[in-house]
Amino acid sequence: MKHFTLAFILTFAALIMAGCATATPTALPPTVAPQPTVAPQPTQAPASACALRLATTTSTADSGLLDAILPDFEKKFNCQVDVVAVGTGQALEIGSKGDADVVLVHARKSEDKFVADGHARERFDVMYNDFIVVGPKDDPAQILGMTSSADAFKQIATKQASFASRGDKSGTNSKELSIWASAGITPTKEMAWYNALGQGMGETLLTSNEKGMYTLTDRGTYLAMRDKLPNLVIILGGNSLDENKDKALLNPYGVMAVNPDKHPGVQYEMAMNFVNWLVSPDIQKMIGTFGVDKFGQPLFYPNAKP
Amino acid sequence: MEEILAGLAHALRLIFSGDPALYEIIWLTLQVTGVALGLAILLGVPCGAALGLYRVRTRGLITVLLYTGMGLPPVVVGLFVYLILSRSGPLGTLSWLFTPYAMIVAQVIIAFPLTAGLTMTAVQGVDPALRLQARALGATGAQEVWTILTEARIGVVAAIVAAFGGIISEVGAVMLVGGNIEGKTRVLTTAIVLNTRTGDFDLAIALGLILLAIAFIINGGMLFLQRNALE
Amino acid sequence: MRLGIGEVLGMSSLYALEKLHKVYDGRAVLAVDTLQVREGEMLALVGPSGTGKSTLLRLMNFLEAPTSGTLHYRAQDVTASAPLELRREVTTVFQRPLLLRGSVADNIAFGLRLRSAPVNGNVAHMLRRVGLANMAAAPARKLSGGEMQRVALARALVIEPRVLLLDEPTANLDPYNVSLIEDIVREQNKTRGVTVIVVTHNVFQAKRLAHRVGLLLNGQLVEIAETAAFFDSPQDPRTAAFARGEMVY
Ligand SMILES: Nc1ncnc2c1ncn2[C@@H]1O[C@H](COP(=O)(O)OP(=O)(O)OP(=O)(O)O)[C@@H](O)[C@H]1O
Ligand SMILES: [Mg+2]
Repeated sequence: MKHFTLAFILTFAALIMAGCATATPTALPPTVAPQPTVAPQPTQAPASACALRLATTTSTADSGLLDAILPDFEKKFNCQVDVVAVGTGQALEIGSKGDADVVLVHARKSEDKFVADGHARERFDVMYNDFIVVGPKDDPAQILGMTSSADAFKQIATKQASFASRGDKSGTNSKELSIWASAGITPTKEMAWYNALGQGMGETLLTSNEKGMYTLTDRGTYLAMRDKLPNLVIILGGNSLDENKDKALLNPYGVMAVNPDKHPGVQYEMAMNFVNWLVSPDIQKMIGTFGVDKFGQPLFYPNAKP
Repeated sequence: MEEILAGLAHALRLIFSGDPALYEIIWLTLQVTGVALGLAILLGVPCGAALGLYRVRTRGLITVLLYTGMGLPPVVVGLFVYLILSRSGPLGTLSWLFTPYAMIVAQVIIAFPLTAGLTMTAVQGVDPALRLQARALGATGAQEVWTILTEARIGVVAAIVAAFGGIISEVGAVMLVGGNIEGKTRVLTTAIVLNTRTGDFDLAIALGLILLAIAFIINGGMLFLQRNALE
Repeated sequence: MRLGIGEVLGMSSLYALEKLHKVYDGRAVLAVDTLQVREGEMLALVGPSGTGKSTLLRLMNFLEAPTSGTLHYRAQDVTASAPLELRREVTTVFQRPLLLRGSVADNIAFGLRLRSAPVNGNVAHMLRRVGLANMAAAPARKLSGGEMQRVALARALVIEPRVLLLDEPTANLDPYNVSLIEDIVREQNKTRGVTVIVVTHNVFQAKRLAHRVGLLLNGQLVEIAETAAFFDSPQDPRTAAFARGEMVY
């Protein structure tokens, strides 16, 4: 009886303590940490009540790009950026419900629809990188040396070589589907060689590495994870963006501030500050050099209109 | 095997490195889970006790609902909470989405069927004559319920343990409604998913081991209480 | 049907039952026409199994409401429910000891804790009285049957009830435990004036303890009389059969 009462009292105490702690409106300093996500914080931004919510794709966050550039914004505007990193489809969905202030994604058609539907007033070019096809070293579909992604996909289908699709409505997934369309093929689940995983890029690459499958990936994620993918090589797209002969594989990123007319709760002014900051020459230059020291080539190429 | 050992070494290094980001994640995990569990206990245990002790006309239906709730995929709960708390949703003005509050709401909904349902079962297992005896010795209604709960405490603690296990290991719902925002809504499970996604397996394993250790310590504590209750 | 002594002398009774009926699932289990219980008396209820003795005790402890009829306790109508302070004057030791988890001392202290009354001295005194002083810390549910029943009795007595209801308190106990329990009950009645109603199957126990004895048959109170009169000059042939030991149940 006594111990049971004690248990309840302890729970109560924990409850109250924890409740107070969460209720205290302290702005936690953003952790600036490149790759391993848990790492000591080298710098701390000044504490501020302002928090801008950015819905973006996993590629920008997981590559470490945002960790590299965001501290500059936070310092300049004394406003913290809360990054919600999800698939492009989900990021746009979050934006279209007014649950984010600004959206940074890569799926041109969906972005245009986002603007057309009035969720944003305008879309701005930010940067681009490219997609590549990776696959097993022995290249069972014999597509090494091809330059067109549509041709390569046709060959994969003909040879019924195993292919891993993100299958998650991400930007990469919609790009992949458009390549299938231009190859005149509609992948269905009856095709035993076609595997829609419903996973993120990292998981998809790891699965392809394990099972010896072809897949479409953005170059940045592949480079960042290359040492964990010993069984995979670049099959189409060359060793850098310049070597990529297929312009259909370019992967442009756009940024959009969520429209306050449609979603009155959003912080439009700060969101526009973010957009303007992102396309400013200084930051564009920062984007263009990110990753060079580590991979010998940039992961993203800036292309904002001056 | 190599990866697991590396993870183990990494975990130990992380824990003793005093990394503030790690402690932030652990502390947030404990806070969110603690508050959610506390609320699930405060709501679920009395509810379960009432269902077990009093004649409720819709008990059959409520029992089925609770048992269904126990089997509900947490992601579905997350989606539901997301749509409710979204700025376009009915409770959008709270601005709780992508904050620890949203995570707590989701976890309470996940834990409630466990605390309520298993408390009900535990209470129903107590000899009904004991209730009569408590009343005959002068118990008020509330004292009677308390007496039965303390008699059923092994089952009630089991209910709390089940709820705790259900929410501290949960990832789908907190990812969806919390957004895994660094320093704000990143908890152990979502950090594990993130590091798995980016291929940092040793770090993911390290975090997993820390989660395991926390669960072990807390469950050990509850088992200690339960064993004392047995005597 | 003979009138109770209290009525004859015009004294107000502690309990007054009129046309008290209890129906379970459409089956009449108890139908007591009238019954008065005097303050300070020891009343034994006898009768075959399933005849409603325990049911009657539950009604008199206000644990259940009767289906019809009236129940007065200390001149207050408590048919539907009794206020807490009256409820707390009455307690029951049930057929099974019904001990709670925890130690012997915890069990005895239970009623005191419910009342926020001081525990230590009272419990220690009661433990000595029932001969379990050295078992205070023992887990209650590991005791022998006789010890458990003594704990149950101590738990009831420590709250100093005005009325003590005993439902076959010594069934299945050895002579030592039986006499120990009877002694304590008799002492409580003598020194504190506790009113005792004891259900028993044992004719000798009824003779040893009770001032009056009542026979319950199929839910009805067939006869109630002073103990000597009940056994020596029963009015009802069924009582006579019972007193002669011919009623087999
Ligand atoms: N809660 C209840 N619901 C339905 N029927 C009940 C309930 N309690 C008692 N009964 C029935 O009422 C009748 C009288 O039961 P009661 O326990 O009062 O008998 P008793 O005289 O105490 O018998 P025994 O000497 O065996 O203890 C029995 O037939 C029993 O089945
Ligand atoms: Mg009985």
